Amino acid sequence: MLRALWRSGRFRVSVSLIALLVGVALVGPNLSDANPRFAVGGRYNPPSAGIWLGTDAIGNDVFVQLMHGLGTSLYIGLVAGTVATVIGVVVGTLSGYLGGFLDELLMGLTNVLITVPTIVILVLLSVALQNRSTLLLGVIIGVTSWPWTARAVRAQTSSLKVREHIDIARLSGAGTLRLIGLEILPYMASYVVMAFVLQLSNGVLNEAALSLLGLGPSQSISLGRMLQSALQGEALRVGAYWAILPQTVLLSLIAFSLLLLQSSLDEFFNPRLRRR
Amino acid sequence: MSPFARYLTNKVFWYLLAFIAATALNFFLPRLVPGNPVDAIISQMAQGGGASGEALQRVYSTYIAEFGLDRTPLEQFGAYLRNLLRGNLGTSLGNYPASVNSLISSALPWTLALQLPTILLGWLLGNLLGALAAYKGGWVDRGAFLGALAFSSIPYYGLAILLLYGFAVALPWFPTGGAYSFAATPSLTWVFVLDAARHYVLPFSSLLLVVVGGQAIGMRSMAIYELGADYVAYERALGVREGHIVRGIFRNAVLPQITGLALSIGALAGGALITEIVFSYPGLGTVLFNAIRQNDYPVIQAVTLLVTVAVLVANFLVDLTYGLIDPRIRAAQSGGA
Repeated sequence: MLRALWRSGRFRVSVSLIALLVGVALVGPNLSDANPRFAVGGRYNPPSAGIWLGTDAIGNDVFVQLMHGLGTSLYIGLVAGTVATVIGVVVGTLSGYLGGFLDELLMGLTNVLITVPTIVILVLLSVALQNRSTLLLGVIIGVTSWPWTARAVRAQTSSLKVREHIDIARLSGAGTLRLIGLEILPYMASYVVMAFVLQLSNGVLNEAALSLLGLGPSQSISLGRMLQSALQGEALRVGAYWAILPQTVLLSLIAFSLLLLQSSLDEFFNPRLRRR
Repeated sequence: MSPFARYLTNKVFWYLLAFIAATALNFFLPRLVPGNPVDAIISQMAQGGGASGEALQRVYSTYIAEFGLDRTPLEQFGAYLRNLLRGNLGTSLGNYPASVNSLISSALPWTLALQLPTILLGWLLGNLLGALAAYKGGWVDRGAFLGALAFSSIPYYGLAILLLYGFAVALPWFPTGGAYSFAATPSLTWVFVLDAARHYVLPFSSLLLVVVGGQAIGMRSMAIYELGADYVAYERALGVREGHIVRGIFRNAVLPQITGLALSIGALAGGALITEIVFSYPGLGTVLFNAIRQNDYPVIQAVTLLVTVAVLVANFLVDLTYGLIDPRIRAAQSGGA
């Protein structure tokens, strides 16, 4: 299956990009023991031989900050994506498989949360939690973005549960959880993976959005925090492109490669989306 | 009850529920902040040294009374709802003694001017482009698809920053921010309108491109799906005119796209708020940003409530349109929410 997937150009490009980004995030901060919060120059020094991407508004090395920020952003995205996917799959499968009152209740909750704009819940939650670690921020983003996954997973589950192999498993005495785990989830694994990929990108971008509103991680450097401080420091208006474009490009690159990956997976698993 | 009325009742029920949930979240979440929010603000103001003891005392008693902090949470919620019903959003903590209503009403027109045209025009252009790409295929499709994917994956604020750098700093064609020049005062003169239009171009295009990209991708896959459907092959075999077939495909593919519009409005509202911050556009996003910086809870709550109501109303209108044009709802009975 992987070999067949690898034939898709989109898949190859997106996987290589993601591998590169993750690799840089893992290796980057360990390349040197430079402290990202240590001023190495003045306000907005342009790029030079020693300081590849110049300095930011308070004289910190943008390149060193970028190496640390990339990891933080990816980590928040991973936490948010995992939390959202796990809640979405649990709610979606239980709701779709059990049906009845529980289904009505869970889907009611899901629909209400889908209708209320995510940014509103995110802002209210983040305002309420004054001290936000990267982990907490990831969880906050995750618990606001699961309804999409839940709704889609429920639709898949209710179409799967009328299949014969489910009846056979039920007749042979499998419990609900066992049934969902062994007879339903494997049949929509590709779907869950795609949803997870989208949630990853959603998590990274939401971190940046919150940071831009001034609600980013309290203690850590993330791409969003870098973006916010560059905007507040008027980096663009004074022409210090090196202090604002790198994190913008990185965020866009993360989102683009994840979306490209999702679309290549979608085309692979849903042949009807391919041209005949 | 007619199917359409049943469809409508169902929708109204869900939107009311969402509204109640949002109002409750809006009220209770900021109250989770440990301690009394007013105490926190007052101590901050005192540290800032900007206000005298007497002024602080006045601010303090205003808020204690306004929030009803000496009463039970349920009574406070009741007071909050009563004020909301009267259209009174309270007093700003950060810009005392300005009322939240005045802050909001001076910002709202700018936000509406930015968001309404982007949604409508972006949806229309995106769907046309997506349908064209699917129908033409070949390099048109490849180009349109990659372009749309790139624009729809770039976050709103990312594109905003790139455009701002490209067309206001590197090539100084447009102003770097604000909704009008510092020297200008809002009035209905040609000079001011032109000035405002020049400030409008970049924020508007950055939002428009993202909406067009997202809608085009959705429409493209819907149309490809329809192009492969059996009825198209059948019509072609019968020798039905191509124009007629294309109309049919478009009509079928556009229905899910209307739902897609409803779903993207919430994300667009959030994205637009942040785009405003990038361009220092004087709308609700900038108001929200300043309020967050000052822990100005009444203003934060007012903005989140307003955004929620706007998104719910917009969604409801889209659902209404959908109910009016979907032949299945016209003909048969209603579906879920």
